[in-house]
Amino acid sequence: MMTSFLQQIARLVAGAGLVAGLWVSGAQANEGVAVDHAPLNLGDKASLQRGARTFANYCQNCHSAQYLRYSKLTDIGLSEEDIKGNLMFTTEKIGDPMIVALDRADAKQWFGVVPPDLSVEARVRGADWLYTYLRGFYKDPSRPTGWNNVAYPNVGMPHVLYELQGVQKLETVKTAAGGEGKEGAEKSGAEEHHRLVLVKPGKLSPVEYDQFTADLVNYLVWMSEPARASRVQIGVLVIFFLTLMFFLTLALKKEFWKDIH
Amino acid sequence: MSDASPDNGRRHLLIGVTSLLGAAAVGGVVTPFVMSMLPSARAKAAGAPVEIDVSKVEPGMMFTSEWRGQPVWVVNRTPEMLEQLGKNASRLRDPLSENPDQQPEYCKNLTRSRAEHPNLLVVVGICTHLGCSPQDRMKAGNGAGMGDDWPGGFFCPCHGSKFDMAARVFQGVPAPYNLRVPPHMYLPSGRLLVGADQNSKGA
Amino acid sequence: MSNLAKVVGWVDDRFPLTSTWKTHISEYYAPKNFNFWYYFGSLAMLVLVIQLVTGIFLTMNYKPDARYAFASVEYIMRDVNYGWLIRYMHSTGASMFFVVVYLHMVRGLMYGSYRKPRELVWMIGMGIYLCLMGEAFMGYLLPWGQMSYWGAQVIISLFDAISPPLALWIRGDYVVSDATLNRFFAFHVIALPLVLVGLVLVHIVALHEVGSNNPDGIEIKKNKDPKTGIPLDGINFHPYYTVKDLVGVSVFLAIFSAVVFFAPEMGGYFLEANNFIPADPMKTPPHIAPVWYFTPFYAILRAVPQKQLGVLAMGAAVVIFLALPWLDRGIVKSIRYRGNLYKTAFGIFIVSFLILGYMGTQDPNLWYVNPVSRICSITYFLFFLAMPIYTRLDKTRQVPDRVTE
Repeated sequence: MMTSFLQQIARLVAGAGLVAGLWVSGAQANEGVAVDHAPLNLGDKASLQRGARTFANYCQNCHSAQYLRYSKLTDIGLSEEDIKGNLMFTTEKIGDPMIVALDRADAKQWFGVVPPDLSVEARVRGADWLYTYLRGFYKDPSRPTGWNNVAYPNVGMPHVLYELQGVQKLETVKTAAGGEGKEGAEKSGAEEHHRLVLVKPGKLSPVEYDQFTADLVNYLVWMSEPARASRVQIGVLVIFFLTLMFFLTLALKKEFWKDIH
Repeated sequence: MSDASPDNGRRHLLIGVTSLLGAAAVGGVVTPFVMSMLPSARAKAAGAPVEIDVSKVEPGMMFTSEWRGQPVWVVNRTPEMLEQLGKNASRLRDPLSENPDQQPEYCKNLTRSRAEHPNLLVVVGICTHLGCSPQDRMKAGNGAGMGDDWPGGFFCPCHGSKFDMAARVFQGVPAPYNLRVPPHMYLPSGRLLVGADQNSKGA
Repeated sequence: MSNLAKVVGWVDDRFPLTSTWKTHISEYYAPKNFNFWYYFGSLAMLVLVIQLVTGIFLTMNYKPDARYAFASVEYIMRDVNYGWLIRYMHSTGASMFFVVVYLHMVRGLMYGSYRKPRELVWMIGMGIYLCLMGEAFMGYLLPWGQMSYWGAQVIISLFDAISPPLALWIRGDYVVSDATLNRFFAFHVIALPLVLVGLVLVHIVALHEVGSNNPDGIEIKKNKDPKTGIPLDGINFHPYYTVKDLVGVSVFLAIFSAVVFFAPEMGGYFLEANNFIPADPMKTPPHIAPVWYFTPFYAILRAVPQKQLGVLAMGAAVVIFLALPWLDRGIVKSIRYRGNLYKTAFGIFIVSFLILGYMGTQDPNLWYVNPVSRICSITYFLFFLAMPIYTRLDKTRQVPDRVTE
């Protein structure tokens, strides 16, 4: 008991240094998955529109976005006719929320879970995780759907986009110790690395597929907070105004405090 | 005591400018809060124009639909009912429908209806007195206790307001105006769209 | 006599309007040497007003029902005009309230504002702090996300340690449920705000009775102008501190707005990612921690290996502040005139508190979390428990008669 306590104290010195270095925001809820950086651009309306089409055609068969109304898509530059003609498959009214026709009980039986609503998914997972996930499916015969995912091990969702991406396989590569130093190999001996290899090409080239998923992620992020653009816009005005207010109140304070000696 | 300061002018100026900007700030802060009490996107979506199939409303019958949570009546008037409308003028408060708030311009006529279907009355079934919903007294005469000279129309049970078959208010009742005709139009399909017309899309 | 003066005179005959204004604002004499640390009292009041107003407007659209609560928050964020602004102001306000209150408390510690004759001001302040903790805790359940749900589940389970029926009584169910949400809503929107506002008023009345402390810890009432009876080092709160506080308000609002408009999630510290998942009683998120303002106490709780003792330690960590006026045996009030003993103890305390706050956000399975939390918990309590000793032994300096710049 006592020795372990002393050991703990001994570790403290190292710990204190670590604490200083570890103040990194743990914003998203992902457990230790290395993610790729998603090339977000919320100002790119063409990208958002492509993402919206992908979402309507591929995702919305199973996933709802029930907190978003179709009419809100006018914010990303789509006309009501565009929306009604190309994106609305579940309702006739433009003001309706993006629900899904899929029956919850059926879904539970088919996938083991009810596909979650995706309205705020980007705020849960973060863009980078979504970008990695959408590109991270690989063939795995041990899974009921035949698919597995590097970002979401044993995921219930099959690879809906495989016709576009093609089929990937997870290859395990063994490297000698210290061979790839950037991982910071701690143990001696061989180390295992996993990497995805495209075994059967899809309709899109890897570059095209990356762009395709980037658009979708871009859209998912927009969808998670449609007010974001006006938020930032108003924010700039407010900060500008308050800066003005600061100098004014400072002058006022100094003027009055001339009295005080 | 601050008035004794040598730099009084500057002080007053600063107070003035700060107060002005402060007032602007208060205005800027109050605005979103006031705006938040206007109908939300959900309320607006629910209040969007509604399409009604009017082909099944038989002559002499009335169909009640809903638009923005209010009852909207579609009344298919018989030729006799339409003929009676011209004879009510002397007993009505606003026989020529001159109050522009109570109907769109295209319904400012004897039947208070669109030219395509003069027999169809489309009206918000909310009494202009205190917001009750009047009842069907379309049958002329004393059948429903309305008196022998009743020309047919609507009766509000709350305070006894009476309206004729063009929803025009009678004299001597508490309701001040004719019932409101909402913006509406007939679609190429023949269906009725309530809540929008050619001028005001979705208004 | 002008018409305004007539109206005021009419009111004054029936209500102490002018005299209240004079006592608490225009002829309240505050020490003229307030520094940076004295902004946070008025700022705390500002945040209270922000929270009350935004809270009222959120209540107009929020639904305290387990089926609709989560959706109603998204409804506010998307469908209600400027609902996102009102909600972000409220969520940011919650965290900023604690930022401001913690800084206000640090001020009190540094300058000995809890010492005689301000013991009651301090204790009422602690009452406000406790009330604020309850308010924040209950408010956090309302969005009904995963963190809301499991955070409440964990904290309420602490009461199990005291008495299992107590936890049941708080929840009104066997788990956190609709009943819990509904009652927390009632407490959050009406009961605690009433108490909070009442305590704030009492806090100010008590302060104005004894007069404000200052960075020198000098009682300005001991040096009065023989003719006017006004403290020589005192200045009218209005206009001098009202205009000064306006500067503080401008800066604070700029920081507040920067968070609201550009970083409402504040890297997950103000709004947590997992709270965008609707509450699911069947599935706990892998890593749950309370919001940052509770984490120092949460770290103390976890640092103690035994549950009952942990709860006790956590409670004691908060309540012990109440004993400060009697633990401190120093001759001087302000840190400016204290010796190295106190300064060291104070420094260690602040650092311990910050480290505990960080440890409370971390996964307890990380090897350093428990040992570091334990050591910091000990130093945290030592600051209080050893205070009667080190404050007496401390070599203090002579306090001047009049305040310094």
